[in-house]
Amino acid sequence: MSALQSVSDGLTITAASRAGATAQARKPRVPPQFSAGDLVRVRIAFPPGHVRTPHYCRGKTGVVERLCGAFANPEELAYNRDGLPAQPLYRVRFTALELWGDAAARDVIEVEVYQHWLEPVDAGERVS
Amino acid sequence: MNSDVNLAGSNPAGEAAHDHSHFRDDEESVSYYRTMEIAVRELLIEKAVFTLAEAREQIEAMDARTPARGAQVVARAWTDDAYRERLLAEGAGACEELGLEVGPLKLVVVENTPGTHNVIVCTLCSCYPRVLLGLPPDWYKSREYRSRVVREPRRVLAEFGTAVPDDVAIRVHDSTADMRYLVLPMRPANTLGMNETQLAARVTRDAMIGTAIIDR
Repeated sequence: MSALQSVSDGLTITAASRAGATAQARKPRVPPQFSAGDLVRVRIAFPPGHVRTPHYCRGKTGVVERLCGAFANPEELAYNRDGLPAQPLYRVRFTALELWGDAAARDVIEVEVYQHWLEPVDAGERVS
Repeated sequence: MNSDVNLAGSNPAGEAAHDHSHFRDDEESVSYYRTMEIAVRELLIEKAVFTLAEAREQIEAMDARTPARGAQVVARAWTDDAYRERLLAEGAGACEELGLEVGPLKLVVVENTPGTHNVIVCTLCSCYPRVLLGLPPDWYKSREYRSRVVREPRRVLAEFGTAVPDDVAIRVHDSTADMRYLVLPMRPANTLGMNETQLAARVTRDAMIGTAIIDR
């Protein structure tokens, strides 16, 4: 795969990149700790560097909507390291009320969050 | 009047002299990131990492992708329930069934229903299902859209002319990592008997982002 292809944000549609994705699937990965329906809280942390966990959901509690698979950690990839072992990635559903306090009660926001940003929540602990 | 000044368009007196205004050409100013892009590209070509022709091919391939690809997927889902279920379960594989090459795309298709309206954003940058929709519109990348649609989606959608009734839940999908999203809009009621090609022509880019609803 050429450098141009590798920087093209998943745009490239070649057999080479497909093979690359398959090779990626065999790389070491952290086992998933959560499954759909689990309550999770996003860690409150402000590490320097490239982070793909939005500020607005840090410290907030949500429900795992699905496990998306395992992906190389972008916080490492950004510095040209391999990002391995791959981190489980989840879609976490937050109510707009949980995130903002004042919002339409029905509305939700779903965010992709890597496992190392999540901590378990006991059902009894949850307030909102 | 000096015609050079008029061509530059920066002379207000020139605008008054005839009945249309001039936009100032801005081609001579090169931003920091544009300069960086040119420098990096030239270095990569000089070091034979890729050729200028390869760069051009990639850009042309990128430009060749349009929302017609996404519309084709939506039209099939509207006409074939089994396909719709496969699309919702595993988006990329379902796209490939239609002969669309999607590469390493991890696609999550989210379905609008009478009770739920979905809308897509990438608050961190501009992640977008480019292989299905082409390049994102400028507003999708704007700080205003990215910051506001998670905070006040109903107001933002209203500004797009999309009124979501209070009893319909809005689901905002923040494309923060490796997934890409496509909204499967509801099929308009007045499309009975249309074939897939006719249906695809009704599907708009914004409806697949979720900022629009296709007219009933």
